[in-house]
This record gives sequence, C-alpha cells and structure tokens, in this order.
Amino acid sequence: MTKLAPVLSAHWDEKDSFTLEAYKRHGGYKASEKALAMDPDAVIQLVKDSGLRGRGGAGFPTGMKWGFIPQGDNKDHYLVVNADESEPGTCKDTPLLMANPHVLIEGCIIACHAIRAKHAFIYIRGEVTHVVRRVNQAIADAYAAGILGNGVDVVLHIGAGAYICGEETALLDSLEGFRGQPRLRPPFPAIAGLYARPTVVNNVESISSVPAIVMNGAEWYQSMGTEKSKGTTLYSLSGHVVNPGQFEAPLGITLREILELSGGVRKGHKLKFWTPGGSSTPLFTDEHLDVPLDYEGVAAAGSMLGTKALQIFDETTCVVRAVLRWTEFYKHESCGKCTPCREGTWWLVQILRDLEAGKGTEADLAKLLDLCDNIMGRSFCALGDGATSPITSSIKYFRDEYIAHLTNGGCPFDPVASTLFVGAGA
Amino acid sequence: MAFSPEDLKIMESIIKRYPRPRSAIMPLLHFVQSKAGYVTNEGIELIAEQLDLEAAEVTAVSTFYTQYKPSAIGEYHVGVCTNTLCAVMGGDAIFASLKDHLGIENDGVTDDGKVSLEHIECNAACDYAPVVMANWEFYDNQTVESAKELVDSMRAGNPKPPTRGPNKLVTWKEASAVLAGLNDGLAHEGVQAGQPTLLGLKLSKEGK
Amino acid sequence: MSEVAVEMITVVIDGFEVTVPKGTLVIRAAEQLGIQIPRFCDHPLLDPVGACRQCLVDIEINGRAFPKPQASCTIPVETGMIVKTQLTSPVAEKAQRGVMELLLVNHPLDCPVCDKGGECPLQNQAMSTGQGSSRFEGVKRTFEKPINISSQVLLDRERCVLCARCTRFSEQIASDPFITLNERGALQQVGIYENKPFESYFSGNTVQICPVGALTGAAYRFRARPFDLVSTPSACEHCASGCDMRTDVRRGKTLRRLAGEDAAVNEEWNCDKGRWAFKYITAVDRLKVPMIRDESGELVEASWPEALAVAAQGLKASPAAVLVGGRATHEDAYGYSKFARLALGTNDIDFRARVTSDEEREFIAAHVVNSSTTYRDIDKADQILLVGFEPEEESPIVFLRINKQFRKRALKVISIGSKESIAVEKLKAQFIKVAPGQEAAAVSSQNLTDKSVILVGERAGESAGVLTAVAGLAQSSGAKLAWVPRRAGERGAIQAGAIGNLLPGGRPVADAAARNEIAALWSVDSLPSNIGRSTSEIITAVNSDEIGALLVGGVDPLDLDDNLSALAALDKAFVVSLEIAPSAVTSRADVVLPVAAVTEKSGSFLNWEGRARSFDAAVSDSLNRSDLRILSMIAEEMGTSLNLGTVTAATKEIATIKDWQGERSKMKSISAAAQPNLSTNEALITSWRRLLDLGTLQEGEENLAGTARQTVAVISEKRAQALGVADGDLLKISTAQGFLTLPALIENIHDDALWAPRNSRGSQLLTKLNAVHGEVVTVVRA
Repeated sequence: MTKLAPVLSAHWDEKDSFTLEAYKRHGGYKASEKALAMDPDAVIQLVKDSGLRGRGGAGFPTGMKWGFIPQGDNKDHYLVVNADESEPGTCKDTPLLMANPHVLIEGCIIACHAIRAKHAFIYIRGEVTHVVRRVNQAIADAYAAGILGNGVDVVLHIGAGAYICGEETALLDSLEGFRGQPRLRPPFPAIAGLYARPTVVNNVESISSVPAIVMNGAEWYQSMGTEKSKGTTLYSLSGHVVNPGQFEAPLGITLREILELSGGVRKGHKLKFWTPGGSSTPLFTDEHLDVPLDYEGVAAAGSMLGTKALQIFDETTCVVRAVLRWTEFYKHESCGKCTPCREGTWWLVQILRDLEAGKGTEADLAKLLDLCDNIMGRSFCALGDGATSPITSSIKYFRDEYIAHLTNGGCPFDPVASTLFVGAGA
Repeated sequence: MAFSPEDLKIMESIIKRYPRPRSAIMPLLHFVQSKAGYVTNEGIELIAEQLDLEAAEVTAVSTFYTQYKPSAIGEYHVGVCTNTLCAVMGGDAIFASLKDHLGIENDGVTDDGKVSLEHIECNAACDYAPVVMANWEFYDNQTVESAKELVDSMRAGNPKPPTRGPNKLVTWKEASAVLAGLNDGLAHEGVQAGQPTLLGLKLSKEGK
Repeated sequence: MSEVAVEMITVVIDGFEVTVPKGTLVIRAAEQLGIQIPRFCDHPLLDPVGACRQCLVDIEINGRAFPKPQASCTIPVETGMIVKTQLTSPVAEKAQRGVMELLLVNHPLDCPVCDKGGECPLQNQAMSTGQGSSRFEGVKRTFEKPINISSQVLLDRERCVLCARCTRFSEQIASDPFITLNERGALQQVGIYENKPFESYFSGNTVQICPVGALTGAAYRFRARPFDLVSTPSACEHCASGCDMRTDVRRGKTLRRLAGEDAAVNEEWNCDKGRWAFKYITAVDRLKVPMIRDESGELVEASWPEALAVAAQGLKASPAAVLVGGRATHEDAYGYSKFARLALGTNDIDFRARVTSDEEREFIAAHVVNSSTTYRDIDKADQILLVGFEPEEESPIVFLRINKQFRKRALKVISIGSKESIAVEKLKAQFIKVAPGQEAAAVSSQNLTDKSVILVGERAGESAGVLTAVAGLAQSSGAKLAWVPRRAGERGAIQAGAIGNLLPGGRPVADAAARNEIAALWSVDSLPSNIGRSTSEIITAVNSDEIGALLVGGVDPLDLDDNLSALAALDKAFVVSLEIAPSAVTSRADVVLPVAAVTEKSGSFLNWEGRARSFDAAVSDSLNRSDLRILSMIAEEMGTSLNLGTVTAATKEIATIKDWQGERSKMKSISAAAQPNLSTNEALITSWRRLLDLGTLQEGEENLAGTARQTVAVISEKRAQALGVADGDLLKISTAQGFLTLPALIENIHDDALWAPRNSRGSQLLTKLNAVHGEVVTVVRA
C-alpha cells in the first residue's frame, strides 16, 4: 500500500500557511539561499538528477527544459510560470497558491538563477480573485523582505478567462498582450519565447517542487515514485466519492489506493468511469483501478497522466451527457485559429446533442469517430486533440450506452440521481 | 465616465510592470472594468492611446477573453460551474433554479442591477463541487437552496461571504481592481485552505 | 550588404527530387514540381501561420516520419526530407478532405450570388480536394451580412474561413491594424473597432487576397462574373510607383482593376487609388469630336480636317510653346517633345504642371535623368533619408517597400519636414522638424554612407536650396539618390525631353553634340539651341505677348502656382487643347482635340526608378486618338513630319535613343531663403497632396472618397495655446488671395508652421490661398 507523502502540502493545515512568516518558520527561502550560492549549471544538474518532470500535463523533464536555454547569449531570459489552471477536473495549483504562494516565489528565484533570468512572470487565471490576492501579497511581502528585487523580479499577470492560455505559446502571446492563440513551433520558447527571448515555461507545481529538491537533494526526490516518474505529486480527487480532495503521494499510486485511503466511491454506488488527468485524457473505467498513476503507467493503459485530475463518476452518470458537456467546453474554449478545432468542435457538439436526445442512428457514431479522426492530429495545438479524447474513449467503453439513447429515444438516466444533494429535497 | 488623473497614474504604473508596454493590455482592461464595470469604448480608446495601439487591436484582445464584458453586468456577478463534473453533481440544477429564481437568462442582469448570471467552465475547485463563483470568489459545495440564498443576500445588499475568500464579498468593480493586480489588502482574510484541500495531509498524519 | 551564396537543399516530393534554396517552405518546393497543395491561409508575402490546416502532408526526415501530417506552409525543407502530398499519401489525402469538409460546415451556399464565384480558391479547392457532398446536417453559424467595414469594403462574416490573410496583410504589410480577428472559437470573426472604419490606403489588397467572398469591394459588387471579364495586363497611371496591374473589362467597360505581380516593383500589392479610381474615364462627359471656337466665341463641333487646319494655322501664326502635364505616357511625351522642336522650332516645353523652380529643372538635368536607383536599393539600404516626400501619400508602393525593410530589419528612416506624418510614425522614423523653407540646412547636416538612399520628392523643389543640398549630400556621402515625382508620367517626360533644358535620352540642350545626335535621329539639320522656358516662364511670356500660342495636353491650370496668371494666359493665347474631357483649358481653347484615355491606348510609363511599365489598350478606341497620332497630324498640317503615327512607331524610335554618355549639365548652387519674421498670427504654410483627395483622376469614386483622411489644419501645441484653440476648433487661414476655414488638429509640427492638405475637400490651397509651402499665411481662430 503506497503511503501519502505530503511535501508541497506539508504545512497547509496551519492557519497562516500563506504568510511569509509561516513559510520561513518551516525553512522557507533557505533553499533559494543555498541555490544562489551554487553554480547555475549545478542547479540545473540537480533538477535533472532529481528526475522532476513537468506537472502541467506533458511530463517533460524540468531540468532538461532549463538546460535548453542558451547560455552566454547576452539576451534577456525569462521564466514564466503557468498558473492558468483550467483543464476540467484540475484543481491542484489553485489551492497550492492559496495555501502557500511563497513556495512558488522561492522556486522562481531558484529557477531564474539556474537559467540566468532576472525576470519571472506568474500567469494566473483570472477567475480566482482570492488566489490572486494571496500571490500578489506574497510577492509584495517578498519584495518588502528584500527576497525579491535583488536580482530577480516577479510579475504577477492575471488572465481573463481563456482555457487556451494554458497552452504555453498561447500563454506567451497572451502575456505579450495579444489574443491567446498558440504560436508556430519552432521556434520553441527556449529559443524565442516571451518577447522572442529564451524562455522557460513551467507549471506551478513543477516550480514549487524545486525548493524541496534543492534542500533535500536529488537522491531524496528520486527515492520517491517509480522508475521514470520520480517524486511526489498532488492527485486531485473529485466527483462521486465520499471524500474529495488533494492527496500528495509518490508517483505511481493507484486510484484503488487513493479511494481506499480516502473513503471510496460514494455510498451505495460504484465507479463507472474516470479521468486520470483531466478531461483531455482518455477516460478510464473500473478496469483501470490498478493502473499505476505515473507517466508511463497511464500511457501504457491508453491515456495520459495529465494533471492527475481524478474525476470520478459513478453509475448514475450518463456518459453521453458527460462527454457532450466536455465537448461544449472545448467548443467554448477553442481559440478559433485552426479549422479542425474551431469547426470540428462546432459540429461535434451538434452531433452529440442529437445523440443525447436520442436522435440519429448508429451511423452517426461512425461519423462521430471519423470526425474525431479528422480533428485529432490535424489541429494546430493539443486542444483539438483533447476534444476528441472523451468522445473516442467513451465510445470505446460505452458504445452500448450511446445506442441505448437511440433506442430509448432519449437519455435513459435521471439527472437528479447523479447530484450530490439527491434525496436532500433539491 | 471619465478617468481621473489618479486613474491615469495607476494605468501608468500598471504599464511599468512590464518590459514591454503592450503586455499591460490585460491588466488595463481589468482596470477599466474596475472603473466602468465593463469594457467601454472610452476604456478601449484610452488603452489604445496609452499603449500606442489601434483601438481595433485592443478590441481584438478584449473580445477574446470571457471575463471582459462588453456591456454592464451586476454588482455581483454569479457564475455557476456547469462543466461536466459540477453539472452532474448539481451545477445544472443550481443554474436552472437561479435562472428561474432571478428571472434572467444566461448573461442576464437583474433589473435592480445587483446580480448577473453566467454559466461558467471549470474553475479549478472540483473537490468542492458543485461550485458557484461570485465576482470570482469561491462558494464551495453549493446546493440549489444555498445558491438561492446567496443571490437573495446579494439583492438584499448583504451578500454572504465566500467560502474561501475575504470576510466580505467585494463588488464586481472592486474584484476587477484586484484582477488588475492592485492590492486591496484582503489577502490575509479567510481560510488558508478548505477541508478537501487538507484531506490528504490529514490522512497522512493519521498514518495513511 | 554582400550577396551571400544561398545554400541549396534537395528534397523528394511525391517521388520527385527538387532542389530549392534553404528556407523554402515545403508548399513552395512542391510548386516547383507543379504539385499544387491546397491552401487558404498561406500567402507567399505574409508570415506563415499554419491556421487553416488545408495543406497537410506527410513528411519524413532521414527515415523518421512525423507522427501526424504537417502543415506544408510552415515547414522549411530539410536535407533528407521526403514529402508525400495528397497525391501519394492516403493519410494526407484524407486529412485534406477532412479539413475541407470542416471548412464548409459553416460556409453558406452563396456561390450563385457571390462575387468570388468562378475565381474562388474555396470553390476551386472544394472541387479538387473535397468530397461531393457534406455529412453535416446541423445548424450553420449565421451573421448579419454583409457589413460595411469602410465605405469601400464589405465584410460577409458567414463566408469567412478565418485564414487571417486580411488581418495579417493589414498588420504586416500596411502597418494599418484597423481590422483584427475578434471574439473566439467558432464565433471568431474579422472586425473593426466600431468607431474606426477600415480606412487604410491599402485596404483593397485584402479584397484581392481573400480566398473566399468574405471581403468584397463596394464598387465591383454584383457587377460581373469573372468568366465574363476580359483581362488585360496594365500599368497604373496614378503615381510614379509603377504598379503592375490587371484591368478587367466587361462589354467595353472597365469594371475593376487588380494589383498585378511584379516582384521587383509592387510585389503583389497596390494602393486603393490605383485599384479603385478608374471611373474618371467614364464618369466624366468625355469629349468625342473636335471643336473650334467660332466667330462669336463659342466652341462648336468641327470635322477633324477642319480642326487640325485651324490648330496648325494658329500654332504657326506666332511663337508657340508646349505645356504637357505629368500624366502623358512616355511615348506621348516624346511626341510633344519632338513636336515642340520640329513643328514649333522651340525648346519652350515643360511637363511640370505644378509648382516648379529653376533649381528643380537643373537638378533634374544633373541628377534625375538616367539615374538608376531602384526599389532593390531600398531593400539593401543602411538608412533612408526622406526629403520633401511622404511616401505613403505620394508613392504608396515606395512606402510599402520601406515598411517591409523596417519590419524585417528595423531599417532606419529619417524624414526631414515640418509636420510629422502617419507614415513617419508607422516607420518609427527619426523626424527632423524644421520650419517650412529651412530644410536645406537639415539635409546638409545628415551623415549618410554609400549604402544609404536619399528619396527626394517633387515638393523638395518648393524650398530654395534643398535640391542643391540634396545633390551635395549625395555627392559627399556617396549615397544613392532618387527623385520620386508624384505623377506617373514625369520620369518618362524627362527621358523624352519634354522640358526646356533637355532633349531625349538626357541630352542637354546646351550641348551642341547632344543636339546634333538628336537632330540626326530626327533627320533635321539643327535643333533650337537656347534653353527653353519653364512652365511659369511660358505663362509669363504669354501674358507679356512674347508667346502667342500654346499647345496644351493634360494640364489642369489649377495645379499651377499663381493659377490666376495661368488662366489669364490661357484666355489670351491661341490654345490648342488635347484632352479627354472638358476642363478649364478646353473652355478657354481655340481648338479642342479629343484624345484617348490611358485605358484606351497602349504605351508605357517610366516609374520613379526609370523602369518602363508598358501596357496595351484595355478598351479598344476605334478612333485611335492617341496624343501622338494627333500631334503627327497637326505637324503634317504645319508641313512637318514627326513620323510618329502610332505608339509602336514611337516605341521603336525611342528604343534607338541611347542614354546620353556625355557630360551632364551642372546645377547652379542655390541657397536657402532667409526665414521670414512672423507675427503671432502668422505661420508658414506647408502641405502635401493626400493619396485620396480631389484629384481629377478620382472623380466619381464616392466609395473611395469615403475613406479619405479627414481635412484638418495642423498646428503645434504652442500655437494652439497662443490661439486658445483645441482639436476641432475652427481656424481661419488667409492670404491676399483668399481664405479657408478648417478644423484644427494639434500634432507634432514646427511651431512656425501650419499644415493643411493641398487639394482635399475644403482645402484647395492653390486656388484658395495660392500658397502651398513656405509662404506666410495668417492664422486666427474662426
């Protein structure tokens, strides 16, 4: 049985955990002191050795990303932190920043030192006013304490409602003051990112993981997790479970383990389908309870670890309704730049609405899958790909349920049954 | 409304945050909303002038992002998450009941200008589903009844405080100023985390 | 800048090898093989964007295949690359078919009523790449259609495929980001800021490059089917940029003009005036038959023989001179030049129907004729100095070319003038602000190199000493020098010798050997040897009875300074007028001979580079009334033979004239005038003609006129404070001749100066004030 391993979340239960005082109480800003005394390349090597991989979804080795920044090029370098957490099901960075914004700031200082940047930007989504307050105050306190402003500046940039800005090049365009639409790659951000300067874009959790690595060493970090997925990470459990929440555990823990230690699926119900890493990752079912939740394990089972957003749905949930709603989300959030995503999501929604309403024939399922084939891998960025994941995976596992809508002439599910307050008189 | 000399100074300070002025376009749009309530033509032209851009370029940006509003909305803007997980767990029912209760449709504003309603996408609080946002503050674990009470309290001029947020709900304009990066001094208020956020830590301390 | 040898790369596309320069995009390498990959957003002159996804192909490099099809418009060739297009890859073929189906999901079935139908890339590629029927059974996106985004451009958002060619053009080429992509996702749409229409001088290019019928021109809407049009390659007659054009005619009527392709000159662009100002030919009441003035003083219709006889008689009766406007073709100008020398026996000829100076004429002979500065020199320049020249207003393609280098490599631009212009702002040029008339000193103080290019406009001649200073700077620095006149015919007129100090090919009149070469060519014993009179001298001479007859072709006397004297001279002299339409000249002429408009004849213009821009008649003129032919007939009547019965004959003769190899005439050095003392209510006027204004060639183009820049009088902040005026308050500007009342605009302008457009609605400076540059005007609050 894998044990939980709070590192990032270790002191969140203290009432003032978000303050500079509380952070320092637990050794805060000691790691940056240590790192600043090191050669930048040694810091990069340390992070490489730790095996830390990007926690924003793609899992790219963080140290390697830093190593791509050209050195001695006499250009400004930038660190950009992706705090635009918007993938459906994903809810780890937001509570992290609310409970402990200083760990991110310290991570920024270390990362800037490593990549020889003087400027870090934190791009946070705009729909979280109080989180914005906490981060902004933390930055102000860090400046007041002389932690920032002596070599590293951190600027908080607040988004305004666009999921696509979580895509790193769209984020950069947005940060530069443009519409947040993805850029052509190459050039990659490491060569020409923000203001066409070498730039590292990292997720909040990735950067926040760095101080502990610096303090405790690469070996300590490596000792946790699996062969190629090292360290601990935040798993976000939500949906039809007894106890939803954040569970920081070594990579490789299984959903079965998390459910067991947290209290399981809600009483009287059973797991029907779940997402391992947000809505863009192909659905899993109860067949996948023992899949190790690390980058390799989830991929081998046909999905992606993504953001470790474990959305649990029990048997009261209509999968067609769930998928339609996600598809509506992708349609709403498609940036409009490329044809397959823009027009494809427009069309997918219409077909799925018909299917949910029991209109159409089995041939429409074939059309739907063919349409997904024309979007997947044909779009400009991964948003289009993500839009097809719930559709193709749900048809794979629940084809009969789609057919049932057609034979039933509508949705056979009672939507009330799936609500949290069923039986509560709602 | 006209922007005062103080407002212009704030806008200048926002521009100075960035190595390149154009980057300030988003906080400036939030700032315009904090003054005018929505993105007015006056605001667009002012930003264009300050950043040496065409008004069309500012329009292109402002219409891309859903938080920038093209017309006046409520003093309290209520967003009900109807993305899959929240929807299934009650968000759809909450949204339907609020529309009915307030007598407005999606993107509508009550006649008294107090409350506007929007169904929103995932707001990164899935472990608190179903989630309702008001002026982008968290109202966790909502029910149909609690949501109705919330909007009623807004219309009565005494809105219930957020679950995870300051002690008192700020207005749309005040929240917009926060999103423009201005510090309202309320960061220390409210909980550091809700129970679901702390669950893993708690279980770990219990030896799990 | 040294030319570096380009590395060549060989790739295999659909089994065929092709070798292309490094950096070539796959989609264009395929074109080299004749393989057409369908595309919408791709445009060779715009930055790649990869948005439409129509050009997906399979690619492998050194045996490693990309896991998914790639947009061939964004990927440069690489060594070891193997490309499979829709022709050889089923995956690419399906990907393209899939994207086409998606593009059509929201595209309305407007084809039967759409202007683009028949020449529509979407229509064509749907046929070649799509499938016969759509599987889409849902609801299409709808928008209000169409909406005016300016008085001349309409936008149908339903038809738009969001390729962003138009928005990218506006930003990347014209630096006029007045149209943008707005909203998001399926609601994304092209739009303007609601209070600022798409009033770019280059907006028509977006209509031309739109791959669907989303952007249409108001003037051409619903006028024709592409397959009913007869297209003729043509050259633009408006300015000296020298755009290659295409003129489309239906049943003898010009319906539209498009930018032609010439990489060396206009690439694929033109300005809105060139595109949309052509109705003047048909809008005006064209002269159809010759007319002579009868005993009662009325103009009456006459037969050609009768009119020619009267013309010949009158021109022989007393000393005569020739005024030919700057819009004649090279061939026609040559005809006037030859006519003056052979039929009239005089060098009194001047093509400069505008404000002129003797300094300018000497500058032309010394530095302009046979000069070889080109667009390519702009491409290679280390810096550009603009003197008396607003490229965006006065030669828009020169502006686009400078802008291209500015955007590509931050080319340094310096502009000397009194008022900062929009183009100066767009080019982030260094603006050297001087009082009108005091430009010379600023010119002389510039530090240029032999890589620099000086572009001097015709207005430079309006301040004494500027051209002297420009010539001096070019010589001392080794910088390339080019004189950019405003009108299409001026450079050709210079080469043709339609000016008093030059014979064809740049031969100085004062040089006996030069005269002898031309005399031999023209089979005459000798040519007049005294330097001819200039335009203003000719007018003065008429008014003082030294000249009794004028041959006038294509001149508007209101373009001349002191136009009251000009009108008096026309009243006084025996005037033979060759014109297309009634004018201030024809109403005063003794003989009026109707000639062909530019679209009705063949010929050529020499653009500012001296590059020939030849064209054929787009509309046939059954009467064959080129100026040349009529000049030949008058000459015959006068007992002289010009041997220029046809344009072809003139072209052949011109081709035999080699550029003058002898010594060029020298300029006399002219000093700047002292700056006049100004009282508080006085200013020095400065002005230029805007691209879109009251020019006669824009007559009848209401849609085009709707996008002209607003008429204002520009003053400095200091003057505004002194006068107590704010933007929009009215100013009264007066001289001894008259006054104007214009709304004030406070901008970056020299404190001593006042700027107003030279010939815009409400601001016709020559006729109202007889002052355009450097003259003292009185400025008060109206």
